[in-house]
Amino acid sequence: MSILINKDTKVICQGFTGKQGTFHSQQALDYGTRLVGGVTPERGGENHLGLPVFNTVQDAVNATSASASVIYVPPFYAADAILEAVDAGIKLIVCITEGIPILQMLKVKAAMAGTGALLIGPNCPGIITPGECKIGIMPGHIHLPGSIGIVSRSGTLTYESVHQTTAEGLGQSTCVGIGGDPIHGMNFIDVLSRFQADEQTQGIVMVGEIGGGEEEEAAEYIKAYVTKPVVAYIAGLTAPAGKRMGHAGAIVTGGKGTAEGKVAALKAASIEVVSSPTDIGLAMKRCFNA
Amino acid sequence: MNIHEYQAKQLFLHYAIPVPAGKQVTTPESAEQVAKELGGDGWVVKAQVHAGGRGKVGGVKLAKSLAEVVEFSKGMLGKRLVTNQTGTEGLPINSLLIEKIYPIKRELYLSILVDRGTERIIFIASAAGGMDIETVAHDIPEQILSVPVHPAAGLQGYQCRKVAYALGLKGQQIKALEKIMHGLYKLFLAKDASQIEINPLIETDSGELMALDAKINFDDNAVALHPEILAMKDAEQEDEKENKAEQFGLNYITLAGNIGCMVNGAGLAMATMDLVKLKGGQPANFLDVGGGTSIEKVCEAFKLILSDNSVKAVLVNIFGGIVQCDIIAAGILAAVEQIHVTVPVVVRLEGTNAEQGRALLSSAGLNRGLNLYAADDLAYAAEQVVALAEAAA
Repeated sequence: MSILINKDTKVICQGFTGKQGTFHSQQALDYGTRLVGGVTPERGGENHLGLPVFNTVQDAVNATSASASVIYVPPFYAADAILEAVDAGIKLIVCITEGIPILQMLKVKAAMAGTGALLIGPNCPGIITPGECKIGIMPGHIHLPGSIGIVSRSGTLTYESVHQTTAEGLGQSTCVGIGGDPIHGMNFIDVLSRFQADEQTQGIVMVGEIGGGEEEEAAEYIKAYVTKPVVAYIAGLTAPAGKRMGHAGAIVTGGKGTAEGKVAALKAASIEVVSSPTDIGLAMKRCFNA
Repeated sequence: MNIHEYQAKQLFLHYAIPVPAGKQVTTPESAEQVAKELGGDGWVVKAQVHAGGRGKVGGVKLAKSLAEVVEFSKGMLGKRLVTNQTGTEGLPINSLLIEKIYPIKRELYLSILVDRGTERIIFIASAAGGMDIETVAHDIPEQILSVPVHPAAGLQGYQCRKVAYALGLKGQQIKALEKIMHGLYKLFLAKDASQIEINPLIETDSGELMALDAKINFDDNAVALHPEILAMKDAEQEDEKENKAEQFGLNYITLAGNIGCMVNGAGLAMATMDLVKLKGGQPANFLDVGGGTSIEKVCEAFKLILSDNSVKAVLVNIFGGIVQCDIIAAGILAAVEQIHVTVPVVVRLEGTNAEQGRALLSSAGLNRGLNLYAADDLAYAAEQVVALAEAAA
């Protein structure tokens, strides 16, 4: 088993006929994802990539009974797209879009409370269960079906972790990029708890970065509830304070959210923290050799 | 995005938040003129730079005569101000804010920001104003009150009263604070601010409340929605290279080291800097070339990195996902030739078509005598670039 998605997950794409939506939908289809259609207002009834286009998410859900949606719409329309998916009863919403205003995300999160829908992202690579289902922009071919669950705030560092665990022959159960924005959907704990409960997942890679306090909270959670081996890496030890390091959420403010603080919190919870991003795979492998 | 104090105070006035009487000027003559118009027998001359900590380094001066207003203005205008929040080069003082002086009874603190943990807009208030809120939080945390606002309910009267009583306000002051907090909340929402800080919020001898200082940061993701805010941007207060990078859709941040870094992805870019440090080197910059990298973008990225004279070697770290490594390699070759890169460049390519990309770089390095090193291992690439930078230093 994997977490959140598998080969049976029916997926639709919002922003289906746009440049990004088209490119990544084709990639998903090539990977074997059960993409069953897409949504672009005023384009309902058309065919795109051999799949039906719908005007609304509700129409798409009614016709396809999709349970997951991936969003590739521009930043100022993305909050609307997320809430449309929630309203239509989509259970897992993956928002790839970068650059959504933070006040719009505050409203989205408040409106989602109590609906039961799960949001991954925004500003993330998405989620993949290797060999079964790819929802997002990650390169499919670097993955290998296997036993390691990966959760990360960074896209390229997720790929780096995937590459290394593939090279070590461990493979991945599911990889979740939770995104680089300060206000986002699923957090480390939401994903860690599912990895802990998942039989296929034998070890967990957690990649954090400067900004916020979610790594510290995850450290407490792991200490209390996670029995599987965890290897962590935190990016941004050399990042200057007060500067936004690419990701909207990667910023140290008022001395809070430093890499040192996060590393210390993880180590205090007896979690192995690698100091080099090149040692993630090796360290994970060692957990199983010991 | 940041704006100047005088611009923040203009916005405050639109939202009925009281500020001292004053005006922004760019010459000592107009400073004197403004002081005359304001009247009274004392004025404050404040350097307008995008950084705090001005008072401790002569960026805020109290003038007791018109002659002093002129003297202080001459002393500041055209100079650079170095505070604990600027780099060693400081920031240019191109304008001043001249304000009337008010007798201060107490200095309070009030700010509004997005709290990531609670996912709410929160107000932070303290009776210990005039000092860094981080210091207050550390030394006397019991003196800090934080009030979260539910996005559906909005700011309520009881929340304002809670803050008012905590700050020791009485009578008419409670209404006055309520007005200030509602003004701040409206301003915050209307302009997509990410933080507004009033430090200090003063209580004058006559009991009035007034924003003596004003600092507003805006959400970079939202400024495109607000052309009137974008128009307040002062590029001279920002790093020249960082401004240039923004034009080309690159994420660049200047650092103090001598190893230039070019990476795809923000997380990997940070990790690459950390790795350079771990191997004994010092990164000269953070640079994320983004996902859809083109030859043109790679060229601009190289130009940017090399415009920093302290750069002795460059590390390119690309994890080609959707982007193909051979295309990246061609881009690097074009850039290196077009702009005559003379410092050694170590390139680590991994992912899609990495082998073809490395082969392309290796043969070009040999055939055309370029100072290029192709690496397939990131740890080794970092060691190599550190050694090359040391040899060149």
